[in-house]
Amino acid sequence: MNIEDIPRRRFDALIIGAGGGGLRAALQLAEADASVAVVSKVFPTRSHTVAAQGGMNAALANVLPDNWHWHMFDTVKGSDYLGDQDAIEYMCRAAPKAVYEMEHFGVPFSRLDNGKIYQRPFGGQSQNFGGEQAARTCAAADRTGHAILHSLYQQNIRAKTHFFDEYFAVDLLKDEQGNILGAYVFDIHSGEELIIEAKTTLLATGGAGQLFRTTTNALINTGDGMGMALRAGMPLQDMEFFQFHPTGIAGRGMLITEGARGEGGYLVNAKGERFMERYAPSAKDLASRDVVSRSIYTEVKEGRGCGPEKDHVLLKLDHLPEDVLQSRLPGIRQTCITFLGIDPADQPIPVYPTAHYTMGGVPTNRHGQVVIPVKDTPEEPVTGLYAAGECACVSVHGANRLGGNSLLDILVFGRSAANHIIEYLKENRFHKVIDEKVIKQAYNRLHRWDTNSGDESVDDIRHELQKVMEENCGVFRTQDVLNNGVEEVSKLAERLKNASITDQSELFNTARVEALELENLMDVALATVYSAAARTESRGAHSRVDFTERDDKGWMRHTLYTSEERKLDYKPVRTKPMSVDSFPPKPRVY
Amino acid sequence: MSEYAMPEQVNSALRWRCRRGMLELDILLNEFIDKKYTLLDNSQKEVFDQVLDYPDQLLFDLFLGHMESSDTKVSDLVQTIRQSASV
Repeated sequence: MNIEDIPRRRFDALIIGAGGGGLRAALQLAEADASVAVVSKVFPTRSHTVAAQGGMNAALANVLPDNWHWHMFDTVKGSDYLGDQDAIEYMCRAAPKAVYEMEHFGVPFSRLDNGKIYQRPFGGQSQNFGGEQAARTCAAADRTGHAILHSLYQQNIRAKTHFFDEYFAVDLLKDEQGNILGAYVFDIHSGEELIIEAKTTLLATGGAGQLFRTTTNALINTGDGMGMALRAGMPLQDMEFFQFHPTGIAGRGMLITEGARGEGGYLVNAKGERFMERYAPSAKDLASRDVVSRSIYTEVKEGRGCGPEKDHVLLKLDHLPEDVLQSRLPGIRQTCITFLGIDPADQPIPVYPTAHYTMGGVPTNRHGQVVIPVKDTPEEPVTGLYAAGECACVSVHGANRLGGNSLLDILVFGRSAANHIIEYLKENRFHKVIDEKVIKQAYNRLHRWDTNSGDESVDDIRHELQKVMEENCGVFRTQDVLNNGVEEVSKLAERLKNASITDQSELFNTARVEALELENLMDVALATVYSAAARTESRGAHSRVDFTERDDKGWMRHTLYTSEERKLDYKPVRTKPMSVDSFPPKPRVY
Repeated sequence: MSEYAMPEQVNSALRWRCRRGMLELDILLNEFIDKKYTLLDNSQKEVFDQVLDYPDQLLFDLFLGHMESSDTKVSDLVQTIRQSASV
């Protein structure tokens, strides 16, 4: 199809991504009578929100005493003081309302005998600013994400949101002034391209766990919104902070819960040694996540890994009584039988650290507006562009996310972004004119895969990228390791320019989709490894072996990476909350 | 299946429907497609088509053994899919 023949559709708001954040925003907009388009590369109820089993935090005080200010303290402390305290206050204050809204939309939260919503205790939750354990997480059994996603989807159907299912967004579109005016997309089924002109665009595309070989994330989590933002000239913020879990099934990625070690399970290397005794003599296998993760990495790196490739360690549960396994860890048993063909009652489980959550993302303020540095202003809103959820960095998770805060994040800031868009639309009633050059760039980027004759393979480069990121930007970080990561990822980025695909068809060309996803992953990988190599301190999930301490004087600031010249910049953390006193940084001890 | 009628497109279309919200489902469904799908007869392929329309959480519960289908055609297929994933 010639570029001038590509059809155009117009909407008030375009939402890219149909997980919880995108659908919450879409519903708010549709109910305000805005015309809303949601573009999703998979059917909406197959978005990654469905995998969030734990629940969402809100200080309802249904089980134990609680209030939003304690929730705020825990979130600031959990973030290792890198979270923006105004956004955290906003989120924690909004949390109870977000839960009640979801209840009204149809989420069947688990109940107490008195009829109130049940709340379970999670790690990092406290009463009275660091005191006794709190119980703050509201859950719909072990399927909270599923319940939220399906309820929001049904509500959107009722509200007549327009869905473009199985459409892939290639790039953002803008005018000569830099205002964002929609996106260039195509239908994966037919290959037909479409220009969606929108007065406002919200990125809600989730995280980028596919950066790493071992990850808990689904295949769809390729950082598409982050890649689009980078190519449109936006920075990514705090990408060095990626949350890892120490015990994923080796070579597979899915989690083996900490409960397995809590019940008496322990880790051994190829020699059968309980190596955690060396790294953490008192806590041993129950040491903090980063310590256990690094210890596993070190054992493997120093040649004491298990298996033919010596690339993992073993988690032993076979000494536990069978009734303990069956009654307290039934999910783990089924997972191992299904994916490994072994019963942990008889054999140990091969494990390796697994990538779980992207704390960084497209920088926004608490209204969901994407904000960038302009001259002396660190946070100038970009007209027409919003982001929410895991692809955004608002930043409520800072250097480390607390369990139960991710579902809360997507619902609070999806709604908040929509409210700002509604106000914007009142003042901006007409579509602006898209710069034709930008359309041409998106067209060329898509169609380069129709004609490219390079001899590199997309699959090979993706696998190598995931391996390089795991080895050089994973849980073991030193200057040499990270510098090597910068070098290796840069080489892969060059090789990607010479990649080609054999399938040149228009209909259901998933090879082309995977090539475009890899381009997004590559841009996000560069942002991650450059940001990590520059931060010479340990904070939250960014844990350096050569800089073991947090350095508040030098590094209590946000990283901003831009693709042009692969440049790093920094901006201050917003330490002033909206209405209460700041929580000054303290050692993060639990 | 009719919307994906052209034979050369079947694999891509089916594979895309196997892209789910959970890693566990991605692995199970993709390994099944790679190893076993072509061995199914037409009626089994129809059952697979029907199973792909299930919500992710239901698929997860079936594949991980938390739930069993009363339809033997579905439960047989679920067993086959589970077997193709274990290494």
